[in-house]
Amino acid sequence: MPEFMLYALLGGLGIALMAGPLGCFVVWRKMAYFGDTLAHSALLGIALGLLLDINLMLAVTAGCVLLATSLVMLHSRTIAMDTMLGIMSHTTLSLGLLVTAMMDDVRIDLMAYLFGDLLSVEPVDLYWIAALSVVIIGLLIRLWHGLLSITLQPELAAAEGYKVQWLQWILMIMIAIVIALAMKIVGILLITSLLIIPPAIARVLSKSPEQMAVIATIFGMLAVCAGLAGSWFMDLPAGPAIVTSAGIMFLMTHSLVRLVQSNQS
Amino acid sequence: MSLLSVSDLTLKIQKRTILDNVQFNLQPGQIVTLIGPNGAGKSSLIRCILGLQKYQKGTVTTQKGIRIGYMPQKMHVEQSLPITVDRFLALGPKSSKAERLTALKRVSVEHIAHSPLQNISGGEQQRVLLARALLNKPQLMILDEPAQGVDINGQAELYQLVKSIRDELGCGVLMVSHDLHLVMAATDQVLCLNHHICCSGHPDEVTQNDEYISIFGRQETHPMLAHYTHHHDHTHDLHGDCQHQDSNSKGHNHA
Repeated sequence: MPEFMLYALLGGLGIALMAGPLGCFVVWRKMAYFGDTLAHSALLGIALGLLLDINLMLAVTAGCVLLATSLVMLHSRTIAMDTMLGIMSHTTLSLGLLVTAMMDDVRIDLMAYLFGDLLSVEPVDLYWIAALSVVIIGLLIRLWHGLLSITLQPELAAAEGYKVQWLQWILMIMIAIVIALAMKIVGILLITSLLIIPPAIARVLSKSPEQMAVIATIFGMLAVCAGLAGSWFMDLPAGPAIVTSAGIMFLMTHSLVRLVQSNQS
Repeated sequence: MSLLSVSDLTLKIQKRTILDNVQFNLQPGQIVTLIGPNGAGKSSLIRCILGLQKYQKGTVTTQKGIRIGYMPQKMHVEQSLPITVDRFLALGPKSSKAERLTALKRVSVEHIAHSPLQNISGGEQQRVLLARALLNKPQLMILDEPAQGVDINGQAELYQLVKSIRDELGCGVLMVSHDLHLVMAATDQVLCLNHHICCSGHPDEVTQNDEYISIFGRQETHPMLAHYTHHHDHTHDLHGDCQHQDSNSKGHNHA
């Protein structure tokens, strides 16, 4: 196996490890559109990163974190959250395209950012993914009870002493980080699927929130392996291959579970 | 000494006065019911007492280190989140499995301990929330519309349950209700709230109060709204089985 393939595999597995449990919260809290908005803003992060000549992953992470924070601050009564997300999503995407168009001296391969580019995964990216996986999994384990409580009944959680807004903000920041990290492997347009398809597969197979997080992680990792195998053996583009395998697994598990259930009744 | 004492509480949100100089005390073992029309500030008052809402003026004093059991108005659980009733209780105040089962037994829903939280009825959900409040071994229970989404017979049962829990634990209870007539039997004092406290006292006194009547009307002036009262010759237990009071009667007639 060539080195770039190994990098892609390790990177993909690291991302699946974080995306499993975080994706569960995205599904439980109906934040899929939020994930999409962050992903779309990533292109602006890339453009600005190139302009300022800083590490791209760092630039995208900073951009996503900034956007997540401003979404919390801009929260208004007169504009619904999905409208606000739609505005931010497309404005940042367009801004990103404008900035890239204005940069004459740099040529960016837009396709690589939109759909992922395996060849671009470098060892330095792996260090980032490894370090942030440790931080995010650690945080998730520590804050698990609180995050579940605010998802089930925020008022009750607040009365029991959880800092609801703080926890919501941390959750958004963690999602922003995973999106920035996943960009190189699956691309901006496909990232959200990595957050929502594995938990959606896990839902029918689990009886507790923890079980769902673990099963989602396993299916995420399987999808990464299957997608990369497709890329290696059949020369498929890796990002779409990963997402397609996840989609197929979703269809298969749901049909199987239905079949078993209808046989039982 | 009072368990809870609220004095001069004033809350304004965007220049609108939600609570205006609210003042009352709650003694240990006392059940105080807050009633008032929609938007009267009942839930805001509860939020101020729980420390979830900042207010401009006044004080809320509770005994130091008091254990509060809070029951929120309702809970919407997404189908996408797999969780059993027992697991939900375990998310609350630290408790052992046996303690959780005891709490569920106290509110007569121990049979759903391992059911998914989404699959239980509205009445069962209210009881589960009540059980979670009990896990804290409360000295003060704060219940925000405990009977919401429960049919009239179930409501009366739930209020009786709250009363018997009070008798057993000797705790103070502050609860919000829409309907005075249903809580009457299970309450010691009524506070009628419409931004300010219009009147307070024993339920029988309050129903005669002019301000109360101007808000809620006299019961007899709304013959159309009067409850349809009828007699059942049987009751249903929690599993839905008929329990006849008179073992000879076999009919299912609502006489």
